[in-house]
Amino acid sequence: MTAPGTSRALQAIESLDPRDRGGPLQPLLRVEHLTKHFPVRGGLLNRKIATVQAVDDVSFTVGKGEVLGIVGESGCGKSTTARLLMGLIKPDAGALVFDGDEVGEDLTITALRRQMQMVFQDSYASLNPRLPIVDSIAYAPRMHGIRPAAARARAEALLAQVGLAPAQFARRYPHELSGGQRQRVNIARALALEPRLVILDEAVSALDKSVEAQVLNLLRELKARFSLTYIFISHDLNVVEYVSDRVLVMYLGKIVEIGPVEAIYARPRHPYTRALLASKPTLDPDRRTTEQPLTGDPPNPINPPSGCRFRTRCEFAEARCAESEPPLEPALEGELGHFTACHLPWAQAPHRAG
Amino acid sequence: MPADPPDPAIAVDDLTVRFVRRDGIADAVNGVSFALQPGEVLTILGESGSGKSVTLKALMGLLPDYARVEGRIRVAGRDLLSLKPAELARLRGGTVSMVFQEPITALDPVYTIGHQIAETLVQHEGLSRSAAMRRALELLERVKIPSAARRLKNYPHELSGGMRQRAMIALALACKPAVLLADEPTTALDVTVQIQILLLLRQLQQELGMAVLFVTHDVGVAAEISDRIAVMYAGRLVETGTVREVLRARRHPYTRGLLASTVHGGMRGRDLDMIPGNPPSLAELPPGCAFAPRCKEAIESCHRVAPPAVRINDGAMVRCIHAAPALDYRAAGVPA
Repeated sequence: MTAPGTSRALQAIESLDPRDRGGPLQPLLRVEHLTKHFPVRGGLLNRKIATVQAVDDVSFTVGKGEVLGIVGESGCGKSTTARLLMGLIKPDAGALVFDGDEVGEDLTITALRRQMQMVFQDSYASLNPRLPIVDSIAYAPRMHGIRPAAARARAEALLAQVGLAPAQFARRYPHELSGGQRQRVNIARALALEPRLVILDEAVSALDKSVEAQVLNLLRELKARFSLTYIFISHDLNVVEYVSDRVLVMYLGKIVEIGPVEAIYARPRHPYTRALLASKPTLDPDRRTTEQPLTGDPPNPINPPSGCRFRTRCEFAEARCAESEPPLEPALEGELGHFTACHLPWAQAPHRAG
Repeated sequence: MPADPPDPAIAVDDLTVRFVRRDGIADAVNGVSFALQPGEVLTILGESGSGKSVTLKALMGLLPDYARVEGRIRVAGRDLLSLKPAELARLRGGTVSMVFQEPITALDPVYTIGHQIAETLVQHEGLSRSAAMRRALELLERVKIPSAARRLKNYPHELSGGMRQRAMIALALACKPAVLLADEPTTALDVTVQIQILLLLRQLQQELGMAVLFVTHDVGVAAEISDRIAVMYAGRLVETGTVREVLRARRHPYTRGLLASTVHGGMRGRDLDMIPGNPPSLAELPPGCAFAPRCKEAIESCHRVAPPAVRINDGAMVRCIHAAPALDYRAAGVPA
């Protein structure tokens, strides 16, 4: 990690974005050993009776200007990860380094939130129903010390950027908008502090397909215009493939595989990733799914299996999978940046085994 | 029961559903006609507000009081709209059964799974308690719930989402229905569980020879489960045909738009060819084709005249002015 002084001196030299510090090769966000365990309380005295290991020792980086997709079943910890990154809940352990600055040391949470914003799935619940949308968008800039008139002007400009004519929409209330329009407002609000990183947590999942396509196009356009970096969390494997440069696959609070989107979708190495992708409904009625890739629901994240957490649903599982946890290592015959957490080489590439 | 002239399991003719309330009128379903043959899976594919779920609820007689239903609905040879409440109740859960998106709201939280299935059997088939419980166990095994005997004694909240959905399917199948109505039964599930439920439904449908009317917004789900697809927009069926016809020929501009905005990896790096705008409000539908305001191919008369239902072949239909080039609307002078 460079000292703040050095990177400040370097910043002016070659970067286009005046906020950039470490240059294009330094990750915008580095997540190190992030861990969050929730206690489960119960019984007569409301004592802790178990722990949900929602996020367990998760480390990854997000490069400048890239889109990192995060996929996994419900309960895998993808939304908890997003909330930990935003500081909405406190991690038990782990560090966040934003463009060279460690959060909590060199950078306060407030300062981080100026650079990192989030869009949630429920477009209605995340807007104040009593505020006209222009005031909702202007709220954060005002709280960060911008004059009301200037904040309002910025809010109106942003409304135009997300495709809602300010003259027509600025004074409307959230309930007067459609779901797609509300999500545009949420995106405008997330951009109001001119962040560099936007976390999109199932941001298009509740929208109809025709509206979802509009919002995805908008996100592409805004990313180019404001040189944004996205963390795109979704259960929709098709959408993640479309938007992401790299993809991170989570299972019960752990990263099981991470790598470039082409590698993950064309040459998945972890048995879980393969099963997850094979569960995607086909669009071709002549190539319907005939075998279920996985049986049963995702296990309860309370007291997950020992060793490899996927072993209880894995067709390749062996004794060693129960004994020790597989580390995240370069994938078998993988390309640069393709990592997977699996003990067994033949489980990583079963078509070569026979 | 092999009927000699193949009577459709469901025949809907010119169904109209209008919600009349103090704050206005919403035209939810506007002249929908289709037939579901025995042993066939027909999917109504549409986005929210298209009227797909309202159509399904009309078939079950489950619409609220302020709904005005017109048209003809024949289910298993009976005229649904003229049935008395008691007759309707006997039909529901017996000949016709339904599975919903949220099993937790469809199942009764205070009774065990086994009790609920057995209760249906006692009510509809007059079985004794113990015989009904034995059948309930068979049903749970049939929908592949592991350790079924133990699950019989579970309450709905004690099951995982996928297991609850299986339990609801078991409940729906209890009286060997001839027709199963499924309203987005996999939408709330993870993909890994969704495909399990779709495979199960497909298998049970074939084994039991049921007719299934499936409602979904998901093209992928429709491709996995359907024999035929009916695409619905603003309360009208705009295109029907076999699953292959609809997904490949894409005769209606809305079907083309919907499939083009259904994202997949092959579209990486380029903008999506999207449908602009939003679906129309059902309270103020445009006079002509409801899709015209969003349609790239709309011509002037699309905004004035509701397009005719053009039959392409046996069973395939498209409701678009471009599919009927022979008809000259300007000359016909149809009132707007």
